[in-house]
Amino acid sequence: MSVSPAEVIEPDVIEDVDRPWVTIVWNDPVNLMSYVTYVFMEYFKYDRAKAELLMMDVHEKGRAMVSSGTREEMERDVTAMHGFGLWATMQKDD
Amino acid sequence: MAHLDPLPTGEPGALLHLEELESALVESLTTQLIDLVGVDSPADEDPLVAMVGIDPAAAPSEDPALLRLLPDAYPDDDDASSEFRRFTERDLRSAKVRHAARVRESVAARETPIAIAGEDVTAWLGFLNDARLVIGARLGVTEENHEELAELPDDDPRAALFGVYGWLTYLQETLVQMLMGHP
Repeated sequence: MSVSPAEVIEPDVIEDVDRPWVTIVWNDPVNLMSYVTYVFMEYFKYDRAKAELLMMDVHEKGRAMVSSGTREEMERDVTAMHGFGLWATMQKDD
Repeated sequence: MAHLDPLPTGEPGALLHLEELESALVESLTTQLIDLVGVDSPADEDPLVAMVGIDPAAAPSEDPALLRLLPDAYPDDDDASSEFRRFTERDLRSAKVRHAARVRESVAARETPIAIAGEDVTAWLGFLNDARLVIGARLGVTEENHEELAELPDDDPRAALFGVYGWLTYLQETLVQMLMGHP
């Protein structure tokens, strides 16, 4: 199958354009592991296994990337995390 | 001593039993939190600015407790963090005040048990976490110094505060476990 050059689009490029920002949650000594897991399940609707995996990353590695998307979407997620009392920041995915 | 039971309706939440002194403690903590996090500058004189919730005066706090409640959103970009603050901080502060005010209202009558259900779940979880963050910042809680804080002599003013911190931790942990279906 051949495609004209104009139709050749690398999937990675599309991904980069659509989801160039990420939300990071940082470890802190106060937040409970159970509560962090609960927040990830409640807000992001992640299943328990994924939520616990991310929570363990926060706990053991000091941070975890919890979502990605447009800048506006990440501002919404960061605001929500601050509302729950989690320490969250956002940055360009690089 | 405070304890939590499942709601008789089976819905997510809890029945919270508090002793009179514990209710008074919660009430006092809610008031302190509202004093700390409430917007001190009245809504802007410009009604349009007030309506869309932009706070031109919003700035990162020098109080570590307040900075922990209202952190910078962009770790390496002060300008973007300030911009983010101006657009979001007022709403964030209002939400935290609303949670604490709702909790204060539910303990003010001194009637126990208190049913924590529906929207009140968010209010209680938010209040418990915010109160722990503030006390944690005041005490300088780290991953390493829990034992040290737990062994403070009774006459150290931090000992009582650490007691309150532990009590709030117990309430929050129990409530979260109940919400996640792990009694």
